[in-house]
Amino acid sequence: MNSIEIKNLSLNFGDVKVLKDLNLTIEKGEFLVLLGASGCGKSTLLNCIAGLLDVTDGQIFINEQNVTWLEPAQRGIGMVFQSYALYPQMTVEGNLSFSLKNAKLAKDEINRRVKNASEILQIEDLLKRKPAALSGGQRQRVAIGRALVRDVDVFLFDEPLSNLDAKLRTELRVEIKRLHHKLNNTMIYVTHDQIEAMTLANRIAIMRDGLILQLDDPKNIYNFPINKYVAEFIGSPGMNFLQGHINNKDNVSFQIDDTIFELNGYNFQTVVEDKRPVWLGVRPENIVVNDGNKSLPVNFDVVVEVIEPMGADTLVWSHFNGHEFRFTVDGNKVINIGEKINLGFDPLHISIFDFESEDRL
Amino acid sequence: MPNSLDMKTTDGPRGPKPRKILSRRNIILYGTLIFVAIYYLVPLYVMIVTSLKGMPEIRLGNIFSPPIEVTFEPWVKAWAQACTGLNCDGLSRGFWNSVKITIPSVFVSIVIASINGYALANWRFKGANLFFTILIFGAFIPYQIMIYPLVILLRDLGLYTKLPGLILIHTIFGMPILTLLFRNYFTTIPEELFKAARVDGAGFWGIYFRVMMPMSLPIFAVAIVLQVTGIWNDFLFGVIYTKPENYPMTVQLNNIVNSVQGVKEYNVNMAATLLTGLVPLAIYFISGKLFVRGIAAGAVKG
Repeated sequence: MNSIEIKNLSLNFGDVKVLKDLNLTIEKGEFLVLLGASGCGKSTLLNCIAGLLDVTDGQIFINEQNVTWLEPAQRGIGMVFQSYALYPQMTVEGNLSFSLKNAKLAKDEINRRVKNASEILQIEDLLKRKPAALSGGQRQRVAIGRALVRDVDVFLFDEPLSNLDAKLRTELRVEIKRLHHKLNNTMIYVTHDQIEAMTLANRIAIMRDGLILQLDDPKNIYNFPINKYVAEFIGSPGMNFLQGHINNKDNVSFQIDDTIFELNGYNFQTVVEDKRPVWLGVRPENIVVNDGNKSLPVNFDVVVEVIEPMGADTLVWSHFNGHEFRFTVDGNKVINIGEKINLGFDPLHISIFDFESEDRL
Repeated sequence: MPNSLDMKTTDGPRGPKPRKILSRRNIILYGTLIFVAIYYLVPLYVMIVTSLKGMPEIRLGNIFSPPIEVTFEPWVKAWAQACTGLNCDGLSRGFWNSVKITIPSVFVSIVIASINGYALANWRFKGANLFFTILIFGAFIPYQIMIYPLVILLRDLGLYTKLPGLILIHTIFGMPILTLLFRNYFTTIPEELFKAARVDGAGFWGIYFRVMMPMSLPIFAVAIVLQVTGIWNDFLFGVIYTKPENYPMTVQLNNIVNSVQGVKEYNVNMAATLLTGLVPLAIYFISGKLFVRGIAAGAVKG
């Protein structure tokens, strides 16, 4: 059963088209992450689903019910905001019970739900406090609790962790994942943080300019980005790009200046004609430093320029044929600046994009 | 003989830098402040001192000297016996008129303006910007243009010379600036809070009373201070839109001070003026802190 269905959704602010004829289907119990740079329309889409923005065209279905014209409170959703948006003059208990009081629920039912939610989120001790007396992490927990008490099928998260410091963000990220396992309801999560997206999502929708570029599970998005934009956006440190062309006479290869990489093993989507200009993308973590046995199909030399030790591994910056080239090596490996190093990669783990359209080939 | 290392660690500057109390900067700063304070306080001093003197003492002409014999007679006379026209019941009548004018005017204007501001800030209805522009434009139209049309309007409504008419006038004239004040304050409240309340099922009034209003007490204090002082000190509307038995305190004060018959009783005039000014003064002292906080809150993100 589908939990949420969005059909031909458009939204304009005056002349600006923020969402363009967007279609999206989300299954029950799915954790979908909307990922994109700021201004891509991901938060706008979430606000449309919540009913906080009137759509220009199209329909939204939640649990098979057309909710396009319904008020936010009638849609069966709970929402968590980036700035927590707790009511400052109410206690934590007041914040949690506000929606239930508005829905005119019985007193003992309200108490039961508030108790239940505060147990799940471990905020029982904070119920009598005001938001000002809470830490950032506690506030966000209360904000999640406010969605939890509503007992709804769909949770909407609008960059909920962006205001927290790095350590807390990791902690709460895991907690949100646990919560999803426990409740097993549909969650839509907006973020610009690709790590959050990769770690939380069943599926990621990468958005740009009001369109969904790629909708797939995190692994596929990481390994088979549909175009150069997605490839650049996902992964940290970012993918390396080399500009060259394809040779397709006897066997397929990639040529950059005088260097030729054999591409045996790369799965082309289409037949690529000879001399077609392309981008070759390879992730820093897929580069292997050659330790003598030149077994890799592709290998070449670079000179080490900058070293960034990150503990578990070390990021090395260099140049290859005029293109900036980064690769990671084991954190314990000793590498010196100015050293010449032989690198290689497997054509299985690269991406090739058309030079003009930047689409995957 | 200490070596050079010890010299560095023990004799060098350490802790807060010492500052001279009688520096040139301080003398100029505090000198100016004290001078300005005296400049503003001397008239008040003269008024208080004079109001506590008897007429024979005033005739001696030493306006700065403190009273030799303190008397509260002028205060009693100003409050209960001073004559304006045929009435000789003092300022007390005007005081109660002003109370009857100020309380409903302040209440009604703030209730309407805060709801206006809330609707303009959070519920972007169609034509909201046009409505707001017209309202703000109203703040720039000189009063003189509107005085006569409003006389006709009140006459046709049957409210001319009556207190409800004057209350209506004060509400209308308070509207532009108060709406602007509230709208600007409400726009500083994070939009996500409003969105959260909508998801939580609160409607127009629910959000106003349960979310927005409790967060806006400082701006309500500002509005109350502005309106109480403005309406209490109003002279023009009071004299135009009411008749003698409904005159507010300010108009009555003018009539007492400017009466031409008999001797000029300076002590009674001073006492009457101070009595009239007591209410705004009290409001400032009570809500001063809230007032400053509210003004500042509106100013940071206008």
